[in-house]
Amino acid sequence: MSSPSSNAASVSTSASTTTIHLTVNGRTRTLSVEPRRTLLDALREDLHLTGAKPGCNMGQCGACTVLLDGEAVYSCLALAIECQHQAITTIEGLAHDDQLDPVQQAFIDHDALQCGFCTPGQVLALKSLLLRDPHPDDDAIERAMAGNLCRCGAYPKILAAARSLAGRAS
Amino acid sequence: MRPFEHLTVQAADEAIQALAGGDGGNTRLIAGGTDLLPLLKDGLVNPGRLIDIKPARALRHLTFDADGSLRIGALTTLAEIERSSQLAERLPLLRQSVVDAATPQLRAMATVGGNLLQRSRCWYFRGPFDCWLKGGTVCYMRDGENKYAAIFDQGPCRSAHPSDLAPALVALDATVSISGPAGSRTTPVAEFLAPPTNDERVEYRLRPDEMVTEIRIPAEAIAGHGVYLKAMDRRAWAFALVGAAAQVTILDGKVARARLVFSAVANVPWRATAAEALLVGQTLTPDLAAQAADAAIAGASPLAHNGYKVPLARELARRAILAAANLWTETN
Ligand SMILES: Cc1cc2nc3c(=O)[nH]c(=O)nc-3n(C[C@H](O)[C@H](O)[C@H](O)COP(=O)(O)OP(=O)(O)OC[C@H]3O[C@@H](n4cnc5c(N)ncnc54)[C@H](O)[C@@H]3O)c2cc1C
Repeated sequence: MSSPSSNAASVSTSASTTTIHLTVNGRTRTLSVEPRRTLLDALREDLHLTGAKPGCNMGQCGACTVLLDGEAVYSCLALAIECQHQAITTIEGLAHDDQLDPVQQAFIDHDALQCGFCTPGQVLALKSLLLRDPHPDDDAIERAMAGNLCRCGAYPKILAAARSLAGRAS
Repeated sequence: MRPFEHLTVQAADEAIQALAGGDGGNTRLIAGGTDLLPLLKDGLVNPGRLIDIKPARALRHLTFDADGSLRIGALTTLAEIERSSQLAERLPLLRQSVVDAATPQLRAMATVGGNLLQRSRCWYFRGPFDCWLKGGTVCYMRDGENKYAAIFDQGPCRSAHPSDLAPALVALDATVSISGPAGSRTTPVAEFLAPPTNDERVEYRLRPDEMVTEIRIPAEAIAGHGVYLKAMDRRAWAFALVGAAAQVTILDGKVARARLVFSAVANVPWRATAAEALLVGQTLTPDLAAQAADAAIAGASPLAHNGYKVPLARELARRAILAAANLWTETN
């Protein structure tokens, strides 16, 4: 269990299972994890949110991309225990009821996927860019999408989806 | 990953106190975690305790002081450097050094302090080989698959330094502020990063009870102009085959100050002092830049598969020197 150490400001946790609170897609979730639990494993194994994918587990593929306070990050390289004060957004949190997020809809409209394994990460990487810059040019789009591999090679269609969202014809 | 205890601190002095626990290097700080977690997953480091310093917000800033110098908190992310309009305008070299480093996701997590302390990407070091850098007796890079190896010999290890930011900082005469139980010290980045030796098989000089708090760049360096050029074997998400950072100050038509520093050609960023000396006091011309570039690679001793790095370094150096002086065009 978490227990405040002698220093009031710091928090010390033993190596065994401890209780943490994560804000995922707007809901506070309480879970028991070891400090070594990655955010990716916490999402998938503990919260059963399997949209973020385990690809390389080393920050070399992008399939595990989620948003932390709107910023795209690799959840395989973050410890869950260190994400307790940030808003976590996974692909499951983008749609509202039956209403898809515009980024999801644009991926469908432009056929911007084949097998779909990398798609949650691609969508969230683009979402993060558009939150910062609603009208990115091609260079900004390509740079923002450079951290997500697609082995099917859907890149041109992903670019087309992104352009349409940026308010430009594709 | 082996189990570890976890401590979260809010300020540098709390981290120093916790490090002073005296457990002989069994404790590690974690910042962005983008290098540490892969090392933990591969079992290359196995600390019993991690100290998360990310909540120490005072270590996350970019500050131009009144005297024109720049201070960068150790927890500043590479993304913050990339997005700073002030840096884009006043210090393009620094910004350029990070824009093609890693990926947007990694730059959002990766910190300046962690970038300087990242370990070698040599596949013998990262992989299941008992190489010299990990405490063994042989550097397998020398006779093995050495396409990405260093071309300058600095000791037993032939791994090439992976950081794009570090050569830019060396070219800017940056210093590192370090805090430990006995107080603070300041050391040039150029000395903080040092080739691994028999006794210290690591690319930096930091005691286990110390932490990096800040990077400082003096006004004289900022007064110049510079660029960072990075050659990769694909257009994104690759470590540098070779990178070249150049920062040049021109006064009354003559080069008053010149720095040329490479990434990925040696164990640590490689400063080409002979090239710099050729430039200082002269009027910068394409011919002079070419001479300096030749001087920059003198003494290189490539291995079986990395000979391509020599002309690559020479040409990047030539272009970087010219571009730093706004003289680079496709035709010269
Ligand atoms: C796939 C991939 C591609 C990459 N490509 C590039 C690239 O092209 N160019 C490039 O330059 N880099 C690249 N990197 C490296 C990346 O930039 C570094 O991993 C990152 O900068 C490290 O910072 P961090 O905050 O994540 O460090 P961490 O992983 O948190 O820490 C790294 C080390 O530094 C120590 N540490 C961290 N902060 C401090 C401090 N303030 N004081 C003392 N010790 C500290 C930690 O204990 C640890 O030993 C890449 C990384 C990956 C995974």
